[in-house]
Amino acid sequence: MIPIASVNPVAKLGAGLIVSLFLIVTIDWVSASVALVLELAIIAFMGIEPKRFWLRTLPVWVAAPLTALTILLYGRYDGDVYFEFLFIRISDGSIELALATFLRVLAIGLPAVVLFISIDPTDFADGLAQRLRLPDRFVLGALAAVRMVGLFLDDWRSLELARRARGVADRGRLRRIAGQGFALLVLSIRRGSKLSIAMEARGFGGDTPRTWARESWWGAAEWFTLVIGALIGVAATVVAVLTGSWNFIVG
Amino acid sequence: MLILGESGAGKSTFLHALAGVVGDDEGESEGTLLVDGAHPAAQRGRTGLVIQDPDSQVILERVGDDVAFGCENLGVPRDEIWMRVRDSLAQVGLDVALDRNTSTLSGGQKQRLALAGVLAMRPGLIVLDEPTANLDPQGVTDVRDAVVRVAEATGATIVVVEHRVAVWSDVVDRVVVLAAGGGVIADGAPSEVLSRQGEELAARGVWVPQFPPPRPQRTVRGVQQTLLSAQQLSVGRNRHALGVPLDLDILSSHALAITGPNGAGKSTLALTLGGLLAPVDGVVAASTALAAGAGEHPIRWKSRELLTRIGTVFQDPEHQLLTSTVRAELEVGPRALKLADAEVDARVDELLTRLRLDRLADANPFTLSGGEKRRLSVATALATRPQVLVLDEPTFGQDSRTWSELLALLARLVDEGSSVIAVSHDLDFVDALADSRIVLS
Repeated sequence: MIPIASVNPVAKLGAGLIVSLFLIVTIDWVSASVALVLELAIIAFMGIEPKRFWLRTLPVWVAAPLTALTILLYGRYDGDVYFEFLFIRISDGSIELALATFLRVLAIGLPAVVLFISIDPTDFADGLAQRLRLPDRFVLGALAAVRMVGLFLDDWRSLELARRARGVADRGRLRRIAGQGFALLVLSIRRGSKLSIAMEARGFGGDTPRTWARESWWGAAEWFTLVIGALIGVAATVVAVLTGSWNFIVG
Repeated sequence: MLILGESGAGKSTFLHALAGVVGDDEGESEGTLLVDGAHPAAQRGRTGLVIQDPDSQVILERVGDDVAFGCENLGVPRDEIWMRVRDSLAQVGLDVALDRNTSTLSGGQKQRLALAGVLAMRPGLIVLDEPTANLDPQGVTDVRDAVVRVAEATGATIVVVEHRVAVWSDVVDRVVVLAAGGGVIADGAPSEVLSRQGEELAARGVWVPQFPPPRPQRTVRGVQQTLLSAQQLSVGRNRHALGVPLDLDILSSHALAITGPNGAGKSTLALTLGGLLAPVDGVVAASTALAAGAGEHPIRWKSRELLTRIGTVFQDPEHQLLTSTVRAELEVGPRALKLADAEVDARVDELLTRLRLDRLADANPFTLSGGEKRRLSVATALATRPQVLVLDEPTFGQDSRTWSELLALLARLVDEGSSVIAVSHDLDFVDALADSRIVLS
């Protein structure tokens, strides 16, 4: 089993980006399927519970065929035409393009989701600040804000129930949601200002250079992760070029 | 040192100023305030601040990281940070794993976590702004004891603001009473200040043990009838049941208290009885008298149908606010019932007077004080005269004046035939009001 959870989140982000870079410069079904096969082989060894895997990657599985369908119906017209209606035209060209798009969305989306479900926000922030040298005020502010999302969900539920209790939940759903959104905004600003007082009271935002209680480690595993990403990208490109299906696109 | 004073005397502002977190754009200041001979903002880390709301001061996701946060900002070397983290957690008596998720801690644990985070900065002054106001009795004792231990072990100066004097009067050396218009009314040893100023303070809403707030006389009630009954009721959120199934009858002219520790599902039970959450299992059934043609299950009633039947007052009044003036807020319910204008005005005026909100009729509800917001949220429920009133922690963080007013109001409602269901940690409140109680565990 591959202990992916302990790899620095910045390396995971990097590996994901590298694979995507190789895949977005071409639209063909060969490179995408090579990448996808290699990725699935690696994911299989990551020890993710099947239920969790399917649940988290569900959006990708939904998005991929939908995108492909759009391309199939409206995509570039080429070769034999099989069906035509108004602007819809299914042809050899659009079928090939749809297939390539379908595989591409999966090949970029699946590893992104799989890498990110194992990312801990705190470790990620540590990595961004210590490894990528992003400004720590910005990174920690964002981290604290992410932690408040759970509180917002609770607030939203309470706001919803409270509106029912106040007798105004029977009609005007859209207006009510707008009102609730505004109330949530007010509440979150209040929470945010309390949190910033708490952070300031603990010396946040002072002039002293900050130390880090947790080291954002970077070693062989991190380099290895980046290399794997690059290998997948290179392998996909090489096979596509050799089979003659690689088509460089710009923009 | 304990700082007392009625609401609006500027106690919290003073503490924030001590901690150096009052911005230049937040009002005006006059005179000088020095901590160790320097401006407080220049002395970050010398003063630590713990505020009232446990949820708003947890900064990071893991316990150890949260405690370390202050040290990191002060530039403490890594090895020393973790030494301080362990020391601080031990001193406040928070015996949990360093990687424990902070959102799973109880209110009392979160307050001790905040104290540990402050302590790890090794401050010379620790200021606490109503640190126990939102806690259950066990949490209150735990936090108080932790503060006392910290003071003894570190020699730090402790300044605490709190309405409930009894919690602190035995452990502080000095009590300072602030005047509402500015200035100091009294300053001295607790026994001295409390015997001289106790009665005056109690009249202004401070909880002074020697002068408890008045409790209402309950009068003999009329005939009780069942309004709601719960059968084999399991409550919970997201279909996950909390605790064991309950059988329960809600009677008219009867006050029921629901007590129990944090996380036992008290609020969830209240919301379920209030017709706002669907039961996980079992049923909440309304009697024909209460339903009055609306069907047996409150959860299937329309929002408008709930108004005259079951009113719910949420723990956080801000969740319930819908409009931009106090008067409009009170009109929401009666208007939803399509009452005549004259009737709406009559009801609203009566409630404004009864709950001392008349002066504030045109104020924005969000700008009210905690006590005023609480009175407003109860008033909005009363405006539609529900037969059953459900309240979630109505006395949380309230001064003694609002406390006894609420109590008198609820007692009168019950005496007049309503049913009151109150979720509460406040044992004095439960003793004074409840005809029966259930304890969830």
